[in-house]
Amino acid sequence: MIEAELSRCVASFMPGATGARGAAKLSGGASQETWRFDIVHPDGDVGAILRRSPKGYGAAPGRAAGLDNEAALMRLAHRAGVPSPEVLHVLRPSDDLGTGFIMRRVEGETIARKILRDAEFAEARPRLARQLGGIAAGIHNIPREALPSLREMNATREIAELAREYHSFDWPRPVFDLALRWLSQNDPGPPAEVTLVHGDFRNGNLIIGPDGVRAVLDWELAHLGDPMEDLGWVCVNSWRFGEIDKPVGGFGAREELFAGYKSAGRKVDVDRVKFWEVMGTLRWGVMCCGMMQRFRLGPDHSMERAMIGRRASETEIDLLRLLAPRGEG
Amino acid sequence: MQDEPRPDELVKAVADFLRNDIAPLISGHQAFKLRVGINALDLVVRQLTQAAAADAAEHARLEQLLGHDGALFDINRVLAERIASGAVDLSTPGLKEHLWQTTLDKLAVDQPNYASYKREAGRGTDAS
Repeated sequence: MIEAELSRCVASFMPGATGARGAAKLSGGASQETWRFDIVHPDGDVGAILRRSPKGYGAAPGRAAGLDNEAALMRLAHRAGVPSPEVLHVLRPSDDLGTGFIMRRVEGETIARKILRDAEFAEARPRLARQLGGIAAGIHNIPREALPSLREMNATREIAELAREYHSFDWPRPVFDLALRWLSQNDPGPPAEVTLVHGDFRNGNLIIGPDGVRAVLDWELAHLGDPMEDLGWVCVNSWRFGEIDKPVGGFGAREELFAGYKSAGRKVDVDRVKFWEVMGTLRWGVMCCGMMQRFRLGPDHSMERAMIGRRASETEIDLLRLLAPRGEG
Repeated sequence: MQDEPRPDELVKAVADFLRNDIAPLISGHQAFKLRVGINALDLVVRQLTQAAAADAAEHARLEQLLGHDGALFDINRVLAERIASGAVDLSTPGLKEHLWQTTLDKLAVDQPNYASYKREAGRGTDAS
């Protein structure tokens, strides 16, 4: 079992560690897994998380930054004061665990609907939009020369990729064409500054405690690009989980997000943020259609995937609300 | 001609059985999957009961808008291409109303509890 490899591994990097126990797989597709386990230590057990690609799975496909890059970025973020789990160890071939890394486990809630509803977060909620602004600024302030090698994206290329993917489904969605046309006509061009972009900065990828944001997770889609992309993505209606009048993750107003961002010494371009919110809404819609393809073509023939295909229309109504509104709010 | 009960009546009976008699007996991940399954069956019932009228109205609007007849899929493709090329846009009479009505009809089947849909459906049919 995996605990044997983990026990050998933790003893090699943590002085005094005697083993690993309580390993349980939290999530995982074929190529990437997340495990929780405890490092046994005479001073008290240490909660840990393993993120890995099992042996036999090589470089991450497509957009993914790769697990080595994720670990490097989380270390940079942690050092820069961005709430981030501490990376304890990057896997080596001799660990016999595949590729990936081990990080300290951060306790808290990640399920967006619970964060928006449960009483224990009631005091934190009104502060989260502003706090997220400060955190985004911290990510964007990480100096470029410190970063690992990452793909660079820009608006024009992103529009082209979404258009290609949409057309590959061969299923007409006039609202998607309307959005693609709007995006092309409102493409803001290269940003004033290219920075690290988290790429999936949203409610659902955060660990929240009663004290606020404890960690930003899922650096898988990190890249270089327009920092306003992260501010637009966190406002996409799909990540408001029903709290549609609170654009920032269902927590609060854009103005609070922007205030937190500016107070960390960064500038906001409101038009670009709106542009990326439209792009993000369309991107989630295209991703929903992609889930439907994966359901139909076989790799994941599950009800869940099939039903996500039927959520693309949610992004169509949100695109209309952004581009062809019928009234206030 | 197939006999009664209709497909929507059969599927609804199955969904109600799973919801009322089976769901209370199950917990954990299987309960989550069962809920997804029940949601899927409910969606199918809505599509079986609502789609024909919505599709017919969509078809009539598209004919009017495009001056073009054909299968619903094909004239939707024509509309998509005309929007992509800029031949029609939101200033084209009827386009905005058509996109809104079509989208609302899709959500009424797909996700009638989606907050944006509830907000917009509550506005009535005035697309101005």
